Amino acid sequence: MSTENTESLLRVRGVGKAFPGVQALQDMHLDLAPGEVLALVGENGAGKSTLMKLLSGIYTPDAGEFFIDGAQVRIDGPRHAQQLGISIIHQEFNLMPDLTVAQNIFIGREPRGRLLLRDRELVARTRELLQRLQLPLDPNARVGTLTVAQQQMVEIAKALSYDAKILIMDEPTAALNDAEVAALHDLIRRFVAPRTGVIYISHRMDELKAIADRITVIRDGRYVDTLTTEDASMQDVIARMVGREIDTGAGPEGVRDDRETVLSVAGLSTKALLKDVSLELKQGEILGLAGLMGAGRTEVARAIVGADPVESGTVTLRGTQVRIKNPADAAAHRIGYLSEDRKRLGLLVEQDVSANIGISSLQERFLSRGFVNDRAVREKSKELVAALRIRTPSVDQPVRNLSGGNQQKVALAKWLVKDCDILIVDEPTRGIDVGAKEEIYRLLNELAQQGKSLIMISSELPELLRMAHRIVVMSEGRVTGELTAAEATQEKVMHYATLRPSPGDGGGDGDSDAHAA
Amino acid sequence: MTAPAAVAPDQEQQPERPGGLAALKGKFQQLLAFASLVVIVLYFSIASPNFLNYSNITSLLFSTVVIGTLALGATFVIVAGGIDLSVGTGMTLCAVMSGVFIVNWGVPIWLGVLMTLAFGALIGLVNGLNVTFLKLPPFIATLAMMLVAQGLALVISKSAPIYFEGDSGYTDISTGSIIPGADFPNAVLILAAAALIGGIALNRTLLGRYTYSIGSNEEATGLSGIDVRKWKIIIYVVCGLFIGLAGVLISARLGSAQPATGMGYELQAIAAVVIGGTSLSGGKGSIVGTVIGALIISVLNNGLQITSVPQEWQNVILGCVIVAAVYADQARKRTA
Repeated sequence: MSTENTESLLRVRGVGKAFPGVQALQDMHLDLAPGEVLALVGENGAGKSTLMKLLSGIYTPDAGEFFIDGAQVRIDGPRHAQQLGISIIHQEFNLMPDLTVAQNIFIGREPRGRLLLRDRELVARTRELLQRLQLPLDPNARVGTLTVAQQQMVEIAKALSYDAKILIMDEPTAALNDAEVAALHDLIRRFVAPRTGVIYISHRMDELKAIADRITVIRDGRYVDTLTTEDASMQDVIARMVGREIDTGAGPEGVRDDRETVLSVAGLSTKALLKDVSLELKQGEILGLAGLMGAGRTEVARAIVGADPVESGTVTLRGTQVRIKNPADAAAHRIGYLSEDRKRLGLLVEQDVSANIGISSLQERFLSRGFVNDRAVREKSKELVAALRIRTPSVDQPVRNLSGGNQQKVALAKWLVKDCDILIVDEPTRGIDVGAKEEIYRLLNELAQQGKSLIMISSELPELLRMAHRIVVMSEGRVTGELTAAEATQEKVMHYATLRPSPGDGGGDGDSDAHAA
Repeated sequence: MTAPAAVAPDQEQQPERPGGLAALKGKFQQLLAFASLVVIVLYFSIASPNFLNYSNITSLLFSTVVIGTLALGATFVIVAGGIDLSVGTGMTLCAVMSGVFIVNWGVPIWLGVLMTLAFGALIGLVNGLNVTFLKLPPFIATLAMMLVAQGLALVISKSAPIYFEGDSGYTDISTGSIIPGADFPNAVLILAAAALIGGIALNRTLLGRYTYSIGSNEEATGLSGIDVRKWKIIIYVVCGLFIGLAGVLISARLGSAQPATGMGYELQAIAAVVIGGTSLSGGKGSIVGTVIGALIISVLNNGLQITSVPQEWQNVILGCVIVAAVYADQARKRTA
């Protein structure tokens, strides 16, 4: 009730939006006060992105009203939204990789004379803006050469250059490491909050405590509740999101010292980043691979499966040294790699579930006299859909239509058909909502109990602490620490993750190049 | 990039350096193409005493004009992430139309030229509308236009060449020489001027900025509040203007509009663009590169002729050059 009295920057009242067959949003409410960071949470499909698209003028609502500073507004298209002071930073950045930082920030508002652009003025204005925001970016750098965190800075600078009153950030930290998240929050607090209101959409519960003043929860396209962050426990928030209590679980049961070592990597180095990486994976173990963004975790996985060229180092499988030339080779050795970029590298999103599950095993399992035995693929797929509890109307459903969690399960199923016994899962829960995360965790645990060996790469520390029997921590391309489940705490992992590896091992120059990129 | 805020203070004197470096990297493909051109020229100069003399170089440049002009137009479309297969037969149709305007209708030459340019722009406009409003893939839309233009050229001319016999002033556009004393064809100067204007348009104007932007990420460009449809149509129209210009240049050079030619020019033009370092996936490319690409093609054709390599081999070698040029570009990106 108290929120009704406060001065309101943005008010959303009774907004609804339907698509053929789906009521995406119904009777939605939202209140944003000036200077406030309002978190908007909800499971995937709860209607967050529909609401965002309504606010950015990409969709028009079927029902309901928007008020900005108390005045009712109609939002006609992205440009009009900008004029109204609404800026949105989408999860997938809206940047042009071939243009420079300055060109991106002032796209559509280029300083120009009658005919020619005034690029010097463009750069000067950008430099001034970046200095005001204390963002360490070069206006002339091509955006495609920047890190994800730097690209996000460009997006924020672009949004703030419009003098946005309302800044909406969709999963701004999905691809950031903890230090980058801290820097982002710092930026939001220093420059965004005093003059504007921020709607902050995130799946990462721990972040909400750090940044949000209030939390609005939505579920199934409807408004559920708004909580004041100070008074709310994360359990409360999650319970409202999923409509039930969730067990956020204790750590893994036991450490498995006595098991056979199935995979051993020694002295792995690549030209680009990795320096002398060694690790061992035991049967039935979940080995966590922790580190900040750019520490080289994904690169280790890619080097093991032969996706990237290796300069030196050995890979030993059950005591036999092998040379894995490419991912097909890795699969033949029954090593499966689930990419962090599911949609681009992990799945054929336009194809149906059974095509995705069968794709890696067609040759050895589903070929009869040179023809693909579609019926066998479908039968096997149905089996796995049931076993992994993949929620899909049928195995003929295009993967594009499944939720993130179920897509991830399809990717897992692909490697299970292949009978892989070593699985490398890279950010397996990225972009997946809380309920579905639990299912992925349960599935990974079951796989480990069945004797599969897993390397789990994750940027979410709580997830690693909970899942991994052992955690190997990397920093700047090297292994800086190893912790058992019993020893591991957030603080210890972060300590190793932020450790600068000693430069004594030589070849430090290659390192700095990789990071400058 | 671990603590961005902390790095800020000592960043101030740095910005110039990476900018300069990036600019240098961007120039690499052009340098490579230019170096290849120099190597090829050197090779033919040594292989044949007849290569490096004034009249051969002039005729070599003269032979670059048509492909070069088409390639300039195609550069805009390709940088924007599209493709235009209609530039070759579109040029033929424009040549026929210039004959219709000037010979059949008897309009003054200057007006006939303007009308031909406008007709080229019309071809581009139709392409642009098909790509934006009908949402046809550029490959399909311009493939259809390629066939339509080829057919129309034959229909309109009744399959017979149109000769500009009484209009010697018209052929001067290509073959005349406004440089006194030098026997240097105007067409080459026109190509140079067109390249200059094209280069300024692509680098220094809103049109150019949005061409790169659309080619780099069309959706993001639209979400940045830019009317992508409008600009894409403009880009195809610009390409159409170059098609019209090529139509004028080729009919003025031949003294006639030849309705049965033109097929195959589009692939040569695209080859020139690609050799010049423009990416077919859009977002990257330059006019300078395209000019060098067009020169490489005509130096090869001319040089192989002069060194008595059978004509049949010329396209074989050109194909290999395309593979080498694009491979070098890819290899550079992998190591960078």
